[in-house]
Amino acid sequence: MEIVLVSLLNGLVYGMLLFMLASGLTLIFSMMGVLNFAHASIYMIGAYLAFTVSQFLGFFPALIIAPLLCGLLGAAIEVFGLRRVHSNGHIAELLFTFGLVFIIERVVQMTWGMLPMPYRIPPVLDFPLFTFYGQYFPAYRGFMLLVSAGMLLATWLLLKKTRVGLIIQASLTHPQMASALGHNVPAVFTLVFAGGCVLAGLAGVIGGNYQTTEPGMADSMGPIVFVVVVFGGLGSLMGCFVASILMGMIMTFAVVINVSLLDLLKPLGITLSGDNLFTEFMTVPVARIGALLPFLLMIFILMVRPRGLMGTRDT
Amino acid sequence: MKKGGSTQGWLWFIALLVAIAMPWVFYNYHTGRQSGFVISMLSQMGMMSILALSYNMLLGQSGLFSFCHAVFFGIGGYATIHFLNLAGDGTLPIPLELVPVLAGLSGGALAVVFGYMATKQRATAFAMITLGIGELMTTAALMFHHFFGGEGGVNSNRMIGHSLFGFKYGPSIQVYYLILAWTVISALLMLYLTRTPLGRMANASRDNFERVQFVGYDPRMVRFTQFVLSGFFAGIGGGLYAITYEIVTFDALAAPLSANALLMAYIGGSAAFGGPILGAVLITLLQSGVSLMSNSWLVYVGVLFITMVMFAPQGIMGLIAAHGPIVRGGRFGKLLLPYGRVIVPCLVMVLGFVGVVELASFLTIGAAQGKALVLFGHKIDEHDVLPWLAALVLLVVGTSWFALEARSFRRVWDGLMSELKPERSAA
Repeated sequence: MEIVLVSLLNGLVYGMLLFMLASGLTLIFSMMGVLNFAHASIYMIGAYLAFTVSQFLGFFPALIIAPLLCGLLGAAIEVFGLRRVHSNGHIAELLFTFGLVFIIERVVQMTWGMLPMPYRIPPVLDFPLFTFYGQYFPAYRGFMLLVSAGMLLATWLLLKKTRVGLIIQASLTHPQMASALGHNVPAVFTLVFAGGCVLAGLAGVIGGNYQTTEPGMADSMGPIVFVVVVFGGLGSLMGCFVASILMGMIMTFAVVINVSLLDLLKPLGITLSGDNLFTEFMTVPVARIGALLPFLLMIFILMVRPRGLMGTRDT
Repeated sequence: MKKGGSTQGWLWFIALLVAIAMPWVFYNYHTGRQSGFVISMLSQMGMMSILALSYNMLLGQSGLFSFCHAVFFGIGGYATIHFLNLAGDGTLPIPLELVPVLAGLSGGALAVVFGYMATKQRATAFAMITLGIGELMTTAALMFHHFFGGEGGVNSNRMIGHSLFGFKYGPSIQVYYLILAWTVISALLMLYLTRTPLGRMANASRDNFERVQFVGYDPRMVRFTQFVLSGFFAGIGGGLYAITYEIVTFDALAAPLSANALLMAYIGGSAAFGGPILGAVLITLLQSGVSLMSNSWLVYVGVLFITMVMFAPQGIMGLIAAHGPIVRGGRFGKLLLPYGRVIVPCLVMVLGFVGVVELASFLTIGAAQGKALVLFGHKIDEHDVLPWLAALVLLVVGTSWFALEARSFRRVWDGLMSELKPERSAA
């Protein structure tokens, strides 16, 4: 029982972290049709910048400064890069962000080195928040939940209750019409791209010391964020949210389930002996294939429902 | 076949002769054998050419983005290792020359399974499914030890003592010629495929898939067939990889190799058939040449790639083809002076950029490896201000000078093009 509760909370924390990354990506994707491969790279830069800034100014200023720097970087990428390749079509834009991934990874390695950074949880938040069934729940995870929920609320308010949000929504679904009505759609694109990068940067700040700040963090996070965006569906923040929480739960629950396919068949009286590929496949516990599950789910949903869980149009 | 095609054929024939002669150019008379480095680089070029060409069956010819192409390459490699083990035991009577066919069939068989899943969709959904397949197979390769051997991979011995022509395939030069032969065979087969109705319909479903449906073809079937065939050729490449290195690990099917296939096909030029070969040769040169000297060769490849995406989406072959009308019009001489004026600032800019990148890289990665930056025999301290200043000045001056010259080059180019236009319409 306590395993279920602990996993539920951890899954929620991880899911919210995923959502902070995925929400920006899904806005960019739905609006510009560009699947931004470099989104997880911005997340990584956010973590590294937070580490550097927190060494000089402390963690809480870094919480604000690092995402803003990421936003500026995002705006620069959009204005100087993406906008120029836009005329060459979506494929060129996709490839552009794909190339950025290589460059950002190497630049990060050249600036901060290959080794993981000692980016730690701030001492103020380094205490157990509460215990249940003898398990500590770190206060920092509570803080992560708080920040991501606050960000979610702020984004939702911005999108649904302000004029800027209204224009963004309009450009999201009907870019030509919004442009015809006199709104500067390219500027809206830049704004959304920068905003998405701010969210990714913020996720990096609070995720960098939750996971490890190292040059491989973009590669490990990137594919899973894609899965979330595609699974949730294009143009739907709600679908993105559901998918994030779902993936977070799957990833954390899979780790603690130690059951294999063979164990499921045992009640039927089926047992296997021998040492070959098939028995190996049947005896692998779920805990070891946990990392595969999101991709299986994504492939499955794309095959049967290409618009994703709650998407408004086909991917 | 369009005019100029025969000249191109001759150029490729010369390239083939160069490839045959290359190991002997680097023949070392002291040891009495060819340079091992050159042979392994040339072999790598051959395999990568097959990989890039087969990738281009999807990217350039069908307009499909695949992020799992290395999976078929890798499966071809893994299967080959198992086939070689069987052949070594004597249970599988097959000459080594034909093992790549089995590897290709393995790649193609897997492509049937994954192609069924992926080609249900097109465009971005297709790309995402292939991304998932790629991650799936990489994880699976690390998990199942029986076929993939886990992290250590599987290994074998290519000297199975069974050959069509009586070669032992001990020395790598013999393997190189085997690779070259298979590269030529695969390239010709793929070239032939572009001229079949299937190749034409693949182009059509790339450009306008709705129209293809009207004509009476099933675009999904076209995509599927292309996918399976490209998996087959990638498998051949993987088979040659396994024969060369005699060990296959999960690197052979992981995402970085898939990304490499994309980079090679795109940088070389995905619109022209030979473009991917050019890209494969260039990237392999960068990979094995520059990576010896510099830690940051991926930065250069990344910047090259982004520059191509931004300014030359047709790739290197596209750039060359753009000169076609000017050369045919006999005006190429007028471009020589402008080219000279552009190249100088371009070199200054590249020099400055390389300087900045290398200084930064030696500051962190080089320091961690205990290496020092040595230039023309002088040790350069990357903590000094002077080298940084010099590199930055070169970069800034080079870039602004280049921007200036590029503008005047553009004027000359546009002028020539408009001069040639009436001639072309008259012809």
